[in-house]
Amino acid sequence: MTPRHEAPRLAGLRHAPGGAQEKPMEIPALAAAAATGAAAAQVDDVRSRARRGRMTCARERLSSMASVSLSEAEKVYIVHGVQEDLRVDGRGCEDYRCVEVETDVVSNTSGSARVKLGHTDILVGVKAEMGTPKLEKPDEGYLEFFVDCSANATPEFEGRGGDDLGTEIANTLCRIFNNRSSVDLKSLCVSPREHCWVLYVDVLLLECGGNLFDAISIAVKAALFNTRIPKVRVLEDEEGSKEVELSDDPYDCVQLSVENVPCVVTLCKIGCRHVVDATLQEEACSLASLLVSVTSKGVVTCMRKVGKGSLDPESIFEMMETGKRVGKVLHASLQDVLHKEESLGPERPKVGFLG
Amino acid sequence: MAGLELLSDQGYRVDGRRAGELRKIQARMGVFAQADGSAYIEQGNTKALAVVYGPHEIRGSRSRALPDRALVNCQYSSATFSTGERKRRPHGDRKSCEMGLQLRQTFEAAILTQLHPRSQIDIYVQPLRGVVSLQVLQADGGTYAACVNAATLAVLDAGIPMRDFVCACSAGFVDGTALADLSHVEEAAGGPQLALALLPASGQIALLEMDARLHEDHLEWVLEAAAQAARDVHTLLDRVVRQHVHEASILLGD
Repeated sequence: MTPRHEAPRLAGLRHAPGGAQEKPMEIPALAAAAATGAAAAQVDDVRSRARRGRMTCARERLSSMASVSLSEAEKVYIVHGVQEDLRVDGRGCEDYRCVEVETDVVSNTSGSARVKLGHTDILVGVKAEMGTPKLEKPDEGYLEFFVDCSANATPEFEGRGGDDLGTEIANTLCRIFNNRSSVDLKSLCVSPREHCWVLYVDVLLLECGGNLFDAISIAVKAALFNTRIPKVRVLEDEEGSKEVELSDDPYDCVQLSVENVPCVVTLCKIGCRHVVDATLQEEACSLASLLVSVTSKGVVTCMRKVGKGSLDPESIFEMMETGKRVGKVLHASLQDVLHKEESLGPERPKVGFLG
Repeated sequence: MAGLELLSDQGYRVDGRRAGELRKIQARMGVFAQADGSAYIEQGNTKALAVVYGPHEIRGSRSRALPDRALVNCQYSSATFSTGERKRRPHGDRKSCEMGLQLRQTFEAAILTQLHPRSQIDIYVQPLRGVVSLQVLQADGGTYAACVNAATLAVLDAGIPMRDFVCACSAGFVDGTALADLSHVEEAAGGPQLALALLPASGQIALLEMDARLHEDHLEWVLEAAAQAARDVHTLLDRVVRQHVHEASILLGD
């Protein structure tokens, strides 16, 4: 995982046991497959070349979210590769693609982050607003999620096209993040039953390249880490009516603790094995996947099966173990990057979309 | 006047610019790999993303297909966190629809649509941090201009043939002087505003919008200030395109 201001991109996050590092070198099969045009990773490359040659054709579009058209041979190639612990782009089954993280990218939010995971591009903005606590939890603030599947990602999302996916993701995020064990909701309460901070977490999907949930959860965690909530005082007058006073100094803020905020690790079942961080092509080959949210200590906080296929109970436990293992490493490197970025202070060169 | 002095006696504006000066513009083409064309632009604090898909087959009902030219489809959707107050919905409100329609008219004037009959070109723009407008229906000249400029770069990136660049800029009128490229403070002050999209090579105007009232005699000055600013924008965008093509040709090994 790399902060975006460090220009040379490091290799993707690798934590596969058993010398997976050396594997990409010894692959004659990949070259052979490339010759027959079966390697899915090559498709993007061919596409971009075709575009430069002004040969844009609607049929070869691969950008749509759910429907990547893969031929039978391509699928077989991907499935066999996964069985050998060697994926189309040279990764092992438990390797992430290179993740780029940048925080504080949108200026008029309380906190923001942009995460690029392969071709998946996510922008998250957090806005803190004053609201009233929910009736059932009078001494807690709360988080609200909204996912905007913008037409930027694919033309299918135009108009109301992305609403279903957006609502599904937002509900899942709400279940994962909006509880006491993930975020210190008590600290968001200003005065019980009357005032609390509401964190509006808005996720903007800019590009879909597979593994949406993981990328979004990383971005949400980074944005929450970046969130600064202004300090307020509650003044009470003689009649007992309360008034909230905002601190005059705009830098007088509290930072949210993200110690227990989980990250999602999606495990995609392909053939009889499972992979993390699947690309769109790999997702098209998988029947079902398991979404596991893991904290930095390796505690599973939420689990959900997604996809149309089914999973047998044994593999669910296997996938959970992998999820815990991978999640811990993911958290460690994310924390590392976030702290490194924060230590640079306001002088940090901002990359944003210009880099 | 008790309000803010928008133009000092020495001829400087609130942010230190001269009357005809633009805010800092930074842009990049080819931001996303999956889209056919994409671009990002920063004009001062206004930031916008534009993505182009097409030309491709008509999506949805075929009856929308035009027999003699391509259908230009635009959507303007601003990020929910882009304004000072959080927005409930990113698109579908009245202002977004209006902006989408204006963009469509602007780009129909510039794209050589007759080259792609019965097909569709999608342009999606997304201001990330627009100028903060408290009234939703207030026209943000700055946001609109940034969106048009970003969309131009994205259409160029997609390789769709155009008559010319479309360069947009806003202009206002304060104390007998025409100001180019209004910032948020100047927009919020409520003087006359003019949004202009220009095809710089021919000097044709693709879009002109003016609200508030302005004396007829002054219109020429404001129009000229906006046109000059749009020509300056063209110089900058042209530089960005050349730089991009240069980098791309190096990558291709030519």
